[in-house]
Amino acid sequence: MTTSSALGTTGVGGARRRGDAIFRGITLGAGLFVLAILAAIAIFLLIRAIPALSQDKGNFFTAKIWDPDGSKVFGIAALAFGTVLSSVLALVIAVPVALGVALFIVEYAPRRLANILGYAVDMLAAVPSVVYGLWAVYFLLTEMIPLQRFLAVHAGWFPLFADPEGKASRYSQSVFAASIILAIMIVPIVAAVSRDVLSQVDPALREAALALGATRWEMIRVAMLPPSRPGLTGAIMLGLGRALGETIAVALVIGATFDISWHILTPGGNTIAANIANRFGESGDLGRSALIASGLVLFAITLAVNLMARAIIYRGGAVERSAAV
Amino acid sequence: MSTAVLPDRKVRGDLSLRTPRLSPLVAVSCAVGALAATAAAFAVTPLAGRAEFVIVAALAMVGAVTGVSWRIEGRRRALNRLVTLGAGAAFALALLPLGAVLAYTISRGLKRFSGDFLTHSMAGIGPLDKAGGAYHAIIGTLEQVGLATVIAVPLGLLVAIYLTEYGRGRLARSLRFFIDVMTGVPSIVAGLFIFAFWVLALHRGFSGFAAALSLAILMLPVIVRTAEEMIRLVPATLREASYALGVAKWRTIISIVLPTALTGITTGVLLAIARVTGETAPLLLTASGNSFIHTDPFSGPQSALPLLVFQQTQSAFNVAIDRAWAGALTLILIVVLLYVSARLLTRRNTLARR
Repeated sequence: MTTSSALGTTGVGGARRRGDAIFRGITLGAGLFVLAILAAIAIFLLIRAIPALSQDKGNFFTAKIWDPDGSKVFGIAALAFGTVLSSVLALVIAVPVALGVALFIVEYAPRRLANILGYAVDMLAAVPSVVYGLWAVYFLLTEMIPLQRFLAVHAGWFPLFADPEGKASRYSQSVFAASIILAIMIVPIVAAVSRDVLSQVDPALREAALALGATRWEMIRVAMLPPSRPGLTGAIMLGLGRALGETIAVALVIGATFDISWHILTPGGNTIAANIANRFGESGDLGRSALIASGLVLFAITLAVNLMARAIIYRGGAVERSAAV
Repeated sequence: MSTAVLPDRKVRGDLSLRTPRLSPLVAVSCAVGALAATAAAFAVTPLAGRAEFVIVAALAMVGAVTGVSWRIEGRRRALNRLVTLGAGAAFALALLPLGAVLAYTISRGLKRFSGDFLTHSMAGIGPLDKAGGAYHAIIGTLEQVGLATVIAVPLGLLVAIYLTEYGRGRLARSLRFFIDVMTGVPSIVAGLFIFAFWVLALHRGFSGFAAALSLAILMLPVIVRTAEEMIRLVPATLREASYALGVAKWRTIISIVLPTALTGITTGVLLAIARVTGETAPLLLTASGNSFIHTDPFSGPQSALPLLVFQQTQSAFNVAIDRAWAGALTLILIVVLLYVSARLLTRRNTLARR
């Protein structure tokens, strides 16, 4: 039952090879196109940022003013400070919770429930950021007033919680508010990646620890955490990257001022992304150019954080990539 | 969980089989006692407030159980209980905002949510007018997200096919790496890029299509990754059977591999759509917003649901805030619908039954 095509008649085989080559070329082209997009983001932001940077009458990296359309003095210092401060605080709040969530789902929750619980945590990431912002403005900020008062009164000796002008006990759009909402928003990504990392620990390691009489926590500490460390570090860095770039929710709850202040409870603060969202509509040509310049800085920061995160995760070895993050 | 309570044992700290254990009954009564003590403290002392009560009660309950466990079971088991309770508390804490956001949005949104809201635009609505709706924004969102999907899905699929079927060596590795990095590009940066490239450099102006381009950039990496994962799950035997019949590789991919992975890929696409539907930041810089019904996505500013919510939120008037909540409710309904369909599809996915 040999047909000519199975024997590899040159005509058919040639067409087939040509078809394969063309298809391979198309898919490769698509891949290269995606890389080109990434490069184009950097290039176009740079091109549009240059006119603003060359007309900046202040020092772009140190000025704490944003007035490109008026006095043409603007600088990224206060914005970059606020971005990093709010994101790091968000990380401090979110990481313990996210690791607890991941441990709970992998280790403690009943097997049948684990999937559904993980799904519930993923739903946290599904809520649009503008809805989080709206909720924060009309619900969370008011609910937080007692907590702010408590921190200002009882922990005011700690520089971050200092409240020299006694404003913390009122409704306030502050860095603290922004950090809380950011923390809520990054818990799902940190938890999802950590969950994947923890669930891939070799069962033999866990069983060996348990067989030696370790309690469950001791087993987690000696058998699960050490091999997971690179993956967990990567997960935290991904959360940081998310927090740095989050825009709308922060734009709604932060004070939008231009100063460098460590007093997170008092009204004020700003981030690069929030500033772009708040100022874009009212800006002129130079103003928009300046915003693009600040966006370029944000892109550079998040790119660096993400590159590092991925490099750590990849070096960590056989961590499967989870799709939903 | 052993329930043997051996109160006469004095030996603590070792984990021999006869070490005393806390029975669940004792643990629960410790927790209840702590709760009662907290309630009493709130009734007598100046402590007050709902949130404070939950925090203090939770701390007291964890403290009581851990303390008693330390006395009876020793340090190691007490620590174990502490971590167990801590993980459970973290999980509850993480889900608290989800419940709060959903409940609050539904209760506030229903005030203004109606057929009228869904079928009217904001044309000619003054700052104090009660009327007005989201019709124009829903049209905008559907068009923008639809176009973004049409752009991102074929491109993402092709990239995924390259990565799984053809890509070898350094190029494929770095491509995969950069696609992972691309998931971390902030949405506002994607918006700025399209603004700088499409709106300014190509002089196309604000439009729904510009918004779709920025959303496509955000969807792309998600689609590539899910599609790649699903294609990898297609059994090699299916491919080999096809090759054995003399079918070319590219035909095998198109008519055997992709259809087999279709359910999983669709799930990924739905999740990607759900993610970008709520994106606001890039739309501010690309679609710009419009209070009139504007059906042509290729020219002129267009509105979108998240944009409408954001703009109404910034108003000082209650009528606008009510509209913002109703818009937020609409948005959440759409996103939940997408998530639930993705979830139902996953159940039917024979490749990835986990």
